[in-house]
Amino acid sequence: MSNDNVTPQHGRDERMDDLDESRGQGDTRDAATSGSLDAFENLERDEGAFGRGEGVGESIETEGLSQGRIVLQRFVRHRGAVFGMIMFGLTAILSFSAMGVGPIPGWWPHDVSTPYNIAIPGGEPTMHMPTWLGGSGWTGLGPFPFGQDLIGQDNFAQVMKGIQTSIMVMFVIVIVAMLFGVLIGSLSGYYRGRLDNLLMRFTDLVITLPLIVIGAVLGKMVGTIPFKFNWSQGTVAAIQQWMPVELALVLGLVLWPGLARLTRSEFLRLREYEFVDSARVAGASDRRIMFKHILPNAMGVVIVNVTLLMSASVVLEAALSYLGFGIRPPNVSLGLLISQNQAAFNTRPWLFWWPGLFIIILALSVNFIGDGLRDAFDPRTKRIPSQRAMDKAAARANAQTRAQAPSNSPGGAQ
Amino acid sequence: MTESPMRDDKPSQPAVTDAFDPDGHSKATHRRDVANKGDLILDVKDLSVNFWVNNGWFTAAHGLTYQLRAGDVLAIVGESGSGKTQSSMALVGLLPPNGRTSGSAKLGDTELVGLKGSRLRSIRGRQIAVIFQEPMTALNPLYTVGFQIMETLRTHFIMSPSEAKRQALELMRLVEIPEPESRFDAYPHQLSGGQRQRIMIAQALSCEPKLLIADEPTTALDVTVQAEILKLMRQLRRRVNAGIILITHDMGVVADMADHIIVMKDGKVVESGTAAQIFGDPQHPYTKQLLAAVPHLGSMSEHAENPKTLVSVNGRPVPLTPPADPSVPPALLLEDVAIDYPKQGRRPVFRAAEHINLRIDPGEVVGLVGESGSGKTTIGRAAVALLRVAEGRITVAGHDITGMKNRDLLPFRKDVGIVFQDPGSSLNPRLPVGESIGEPLLLHHALRGAELSKRVEALLDSVELPRSMRNRYPHELSGGQRQRIGVARALALQPKLLIADEPTSALDVSVQARVLKLFQDLQQEYGFACLFISHDLAVVEMLSKRIAVMSHGHLVEVGDTADIVTNPQDDYTRRLLAAVPVPDPEEQRKRRELRDAIIGDLVS
Repeated sequence: MSNDNVTPQHGRDERMDDLDESRGQGDTRDAATSGSLDAFENLERDEGAFGRGEGVGESIETEGLSQGRIVLQRFVRHRGAVFGMIMFGLTAILSFSAMGVGPIPGWWPHDVSTPYNIAIPGGEPTMHMPTWLGGSGWTGLGPFPFGQDLIGQDNFAQVMKGIQTSIMVMFVIVIVAMLFGVLIGSLSGYYRGRLDNLLMRFTDLVITLPLIVIGAVLGKMVGTIPFKFNWSQGTVAAIQQWMPVELALVLGLVLWPGLARLTRSEFLRLREYEFVDSARVAGASDRRIMFKHILPNAMGVVIVNVTLLMSASVVLEAALSYLGFGIRPPNVSLGLLISQNQAAFNTRPWLFWWPGLFIIILALSVNFIGDGLRDAFDPRTKRIPSQRAMDKAAARANAQTRAQAPSNSPGGAQ
Repeated sequence: MTESPMRDDKPSQPAVTDAFDPDGHSKATHRRDVANKGDLILDVKDLSVNFWVNNGWFTAAHGLTYQLRAGDVLAIVGESGSGKTQSSMALVGLLPPNGRTSGSAKLGDTELVGLKGSRLRSIRGRQIAVIFQEPMTALNPLYTVGFQIMETLRTHFIMSPSEAKRQALELMRLVEIPEPESRFDAYPHQLSGGQRQRIMIAQALSCEPKLLIADEPTTALDVTVQAEILKLMRQLRRRVNAGIILITHDMGVVADMADHIIVMKDGKVVESGTAAQIFGDPQHPYTKQLLAAVPHLGSMSEHAENPKTLVSVNGRPVPLTPPADPSVPPALLLEDVAIDYPKQGRRPVFRAAEHINLRIDPGEVVGLVGESGSGKTTIGRAAVALLRVAEGRITVAGHDITGMKNRDLLPFRKDVGIVFQDPGSSLNPRLPVGESIGEPLLLHHALRGAELSKRVEALLDSVELPRSMRNRYPHELSGGQRQRIGVARALALQPKLLIADEPTSALDVSVQARVLKLFQDLQQEYGFACLFISHDLAVVEMLSKRIAVMSHGHLVEVGDTADIVTNPQDDYTRRLLAAVPVPDPEEQRKRRELRDAIIGDLVS
C-alpha cells in the first residue's frame, strides 16, 4: 500500500496525490465474486425500479433544518412558552430600564431608600386600576404608582430593584449549578467505575445539606467574620453590597446535585451509542468525546431542567429572604419586601401584593419557558393537528384531485 | 357444534382440541364464528391512507383494492416508505393521530374504515390479530409471557384464570415453545428473539382471528431463526383458517409462503398476481428490482469437489491459515485470542470468544458469519481496539495492539476503520454529516478549512452522494444514505483494514444490494483488507474470498468461499446455508426439504 507514509507533516498536495494514487492502483481481485450484482446494476438505470425510500413523510417536515432549528420551530409553536418568554422579557426590561444597571441611571426619578413626602394620605398608590378592573378609573401612573410605606419610601422603586435582584440571583444560581452539575455528571457518567462512585457519594453528601440552615449560617458569617478578622470598612461594605451574589453562589453550590444526576444518566445512556465508538475509532480523545460528541446530545435534558431550576430559585430566594436568612437591607429583594411589609398587610396591602405578583409572574413565565423547551427537545411530542384543520385540508385536497385527475403524492421527493 | 379448526389437521393432539372446545362458556357462540376455507373475509376497496405533515396531506397509500379469502396468504411487498405497513395498520385503526383513512375495507359485514370505540376494540385481537416486527418491544417487559397470552384470552372471553392458563399453555405448545410450563412464567427478556416471536404468534392466534396481519415478522431475526419462524407459520397456515396478510420487503421470505402478492411502490400498487405469476414473470421494473436485490446463495461459486476448509475437530480450535506470502505482514492476525466481557455487579465474567485463529492478508475480504450471540461482533470490536483481548495476541497491519493503552493507540487508529451495524446510532445526530466524515482527518492530519472540505467532498463523491449533502444532519437522510456516510467516514484515512459489522442488516433488501455494490467497488478501488461480519451467508458470499463461520464463541470452519458455500464440512455451516431464503418458490421448497433433513439428522 502506498499510504504507509501519510503523516501529518506531509504537505497537502502530496496527500491528495496519495488519495488519487491509491484509488487508481486498487486491488485486482478475481472477477468471479463481482458477478451477481450485474443484473441489479442494469436495473439501476431504470427510474421506475426504485421507491421513494423510508420516512419520506417525516422528512418533509425537517428538510434542510439543523437539530437546533427544529427545536426552535417547535418552541415557537408552543403558545405557553412564547407567552412566558414575552412576559419575562417585558418584566426584565421594565425593571432594568426603570432603575438602571450599575452606574447607568434609569428613567424612574425616585430611588429605593429615600423617604419622600407622602403623596396621598396613607401612602396609597397614585396609580388607579381602570374601572373595568374594579378600580376608580385610570389616571396615569402618578409619582408613586405602587404606593409608599410608612416613612414614604417608593414601593415602585423597591419592587423594580427587587425584580433585578431576583433575576440576577436566578442566573447566578443557575450558572453555578450548571457548571458544577454538568461537569460532575459528565465525568461520573463517562468514566463510571470508581470515579463515578466517589463523585456520586459526594453528590449524596451535598444533597443532605439543608438549604435554610446554610442560608442562616451564611447570613451570620457575613455579619461576624469581618469583625473577627478586623477587615477594613471598605471590605465590609463591599461584602454587604454583594450579598445577593454571595447568596446566589452558595445556593448554586448546593443546588447542583439534581443536574449532576441527570447529566450522569444521560451520559450513561449516550456513551453506549455507536457514534461514541465511532469517534473513538477515529482517534478522538476522551475530552473530545465527552464535550464535542456526548454533551451536545445531552444538552436538551440539561437546558430543560435548568429552566425549571431557575423558576424554583426565584421562589427559593424569596422564601429565604422572607425568613430573614437571605438578602438583607440595604439590598432589596421581592421576598424581603414581603417580609418587611407583612405587618402592614391590613393597612397597606399594596406593599404586599405588588412584590408577590411579580414573584408569581417571574416564576410562572420561566416555568412556561421550561415547559416549552421540554416539548421542543423531546422528539416524541408530536404536534397533533386539530380536527378542523385536517378536515379543511381534506376538502381542499379533494377539490384538487378532482381538478387534476389521478394526482401524484405531494411529497414524492428524493 | 362446528368442529374446531384444530381438529381437522391435528387429530393426534386431543389436548389442542380441548383447548378450543368452548363447552360450558357463555360466549361459546362467538367461537363458532370461524370462517371456512375459501370464504371471503376481507374486501378492501380503494383504501387510501394520508398523513397530515407540515400543513398538507401526505399520501402514504393510495387506491388499494384487494380481497382476501380464509386460509390464503396475501403478501404485500415493498420497500420502507411504500405504505405497506400503514395501509394494513389502518385496518385495525392503529394509525397515529395525524393519519386519515378513506375508502372501504370490509371484514365480513363490518366496515372497518371509521370504526371507533368499543366496536373497534371487540374486533382487535378477536377477529384481527397483528404480529409485530420487533417482539422485544411489542411484549410488555413487566409481565410474564404467559400472563400476556392469558390477558388477550380473558379480554375477549369469559374465562376462569385456570382455564385461560390451560389454553395459553396449549397455544405455547402449538407454536412449539420448548417446556411451555416453565416458559409460562418467564419474562420477555429471558427468552431468545425467536421464542419471543413465537409468543407473539401464540398471542395473536389465541382468539382464532379471521385475519392475521404479520408486519415483517422475521426482519429483526437471524436467518436461521427466520427459517424456523417461517416454517412455523407455514404449518399454522394449514391448521388455522385465518387469512394472513404478510408484510415484508424481502422477496425471499415471500417465496414459499404467499398465494397472492401485491407489490407496492410509493403508496401505489404497481403489480399484483399469484405467487407464480410474480416470481415467474415479473412485469414492473420495481418488482424485478426487488427480486434481483435478494442475494442468491451459490450463484457465483463453482461447485468445489475437494474442499480445503479448516474445521474444528473434537473441540480443538481451527488452526491458523498458512500465509500466502510470509514476507507480507497480514492486515489482521488473531492468534489464539480470547475476549471477555468484564464482571458487572453480580453478573460473572462472560467469555464471548475463545481460541480464535484468523489471518487476513492485505487486500483480502474475509467474511465472518454466525448467528447473533456467536461472538462475531466481539471480534470485530477487538480488532479496532474497542475491546481488550484477555488471552492471545492480536496484530493489525504490523501494530501489536494486545494490551495497548488508549493513548498509544493513535498511530494504529489511522490504519483501521469500522462501519457499524446501525446507521441511525453510529452518526452523531448533532453534527452535520460532513463534520462526521471529516473528524478522522481533523484528528490525525489536523486538516482544516478548505483542505478538509476538499477531502470530504472527494469522499462523498466516492460513496456516490451529492456534495451538498455534507451540510445535512443524519436525521434528514435515509438509512441507505446514512450507511454510505458511515462507509465514507471509515474510509477517510484510507485504512489498511476495514471492519464492516453487519453494515447492511438494518437496511431494506434493495438498499442493501446497492450498498453492497458500492462496497465492492470501493474495495476494488482502495484495495483495503476487510473483515465483513454478517449473519447472512448469501451477503458474505458476494463479497468475500474466504469465509470464517463462528458459533458460540468458537470458529467452526474457515475456508475459501466456494468451498464453504458448496461443500460445507461442519453441521453448523450446513444449517446456516440451508436457512438462507431464495426468491424462487420451487427452489425454496427444495431447500426447505433439505433443511428439514439436516435438522432431522441432527436430532436422530
